[in-house]
Amino acid sequence: MWKRDEAVRPASGQPTAAPQPPAPTQAGAPSPRPEASRQMEKDIVNIGKSVVIKGELNGSEDLTIEGHVEGTIQLRDHVLTIGPNGRIKAQVFAKSVIVLGEVTGNVTASDKVDIRDNGSVDGDIVAPRVAIAEGAHFRGSVDMQRKGGAAQATKPATSQTTAQQSQPPAPQRVGA
Amino acid sequence: MPDDRRDLEFGIRDSQTNPVAGPESQSPIPAVGLLDRLAPRKNEPDVRPQGPSSAEGADPVFNTKALRKFLSCLTSRESPVLLDLGPVVGSNVSFFGEQLGCKIFVEDIFADLDRHVRDGKLETLPPFMKKRFPQPDGTFDGILCWDLIDYLDRPSAQELARELTRVLRPDGALLGFFGTAPPQDTRYTKFIIVDEMNLKHRYYPATRGRQTILLNRDIIRLFAGLHVSDSFLLQNNLREILFRKPA
Repeated sequence: MWKRDEAVRPASGQPTAAPQPPAPTQAGAPSPRPEASRQMEKDIVNIGKSVVIKGELNGSEDLTIEGHVEGTIQLRDHVLTIGPNGRIKAQVFAKSVIVLGEVTGNVTASDKVDIRDNGSVDGDIVAPRVAIAEGAHFRGSVDMQRKGGAAQATKPATSQTTAQQSQPPAPQRVGA
Repeated sequence: MPDDRRDLEFGIRDSQTNPVAGPESQSPIPAVGLLDRLAPRKNEPDVRPQGPSSAEGADPVFNTKALRKFLSCLTSRESPVLLDLGPVVGSNVSFFGEQLGCKIFVEDIFADLDRHVRDGKLETLPPFMKKRFPQPDGTFDGILCWDLIDYLDRPSAQELARELTRVLRPDGALLGFFGTAPPQDTRYTKFIIVDEMNLKHRYYPATRGRQTILLNRDIIRLFAGLHVSDSFLLQNNLREILFRKPA
């Protein structure tokens, strides 16, 4: 009797053998994610807060600057991010420039310049798209050069379409 | 939709007869003194938001009459160059840059004024204004002066007006706003373009308030090198004046 009961009771709770197989698969699942993020982190080069660079900075990968750079920065086909601690006194050429810190100097981008909240730019911007957040500081000029020349500026339909694509609450084109 | 968007048809249009101070008596509307009135009419609600609570709510939107005309002056030029004397507004930059193909210069004179007030160096503001714009004569096709003049003392306003007249190209346009009622508190206004007929007013703290309520003749004397193309008095006690530089 006792032996029979003991034989039954342990099985009445939960089958002990069943949970074991999934355990190794669950443990194995998360491992690819950190690798991917690590790989992404490797692709974005970071210049830390304490780094000071004076001179010409060229690169062919995305770059985030948290330190100080004086001179020239060229990332022709890549994204340059000036972090909140970044202080730049330089001429900047990049595909896209995101500013969260301070930039003194002219900024030229083939795609977009994005000055975020608390970002600051003192200089002239040349880019087809420019976004300036509320709370950002900017002093200088903005030239949104457009492919196809200035003639497009006088064509209402074309310019309106362009603006609506890039900025949802776009106001209406004013006819001449 | 706020009810302050009703139009007020006090606009007087005449580019040659100095309409602001000029022949109001010719108008069928008894317009004498209307443009110079210092307080809203009793039968009109003062639509200007009062007190700090306005900053907490949604930004009020006001009608504008002169902006459309200013824009049409700009778009008559290819690749116009615009000078904005107010703080940078991202959506305005996009509007002028992407839609009108303007090159925009942002020169926040309000920030300059604040700095001089904070540093206690207001006496240096007039000479500062005199050297503020390094651009050569006739650089800009349009100037957005907003309501800046109201916040300046007379000598600074004179120097600034002289400089703006210089850097404006012949046939260029300058848009100025001028208050007609003493303000309730100390604040600046960011004018955010909603569309060609509407401006959103976003208030932010100022180091000092409006210095004076200018009469029309004072404004005209201030911008002696320009002539008044259009003038409108809006329901929010704001005068919109569009100046043109003689060609």
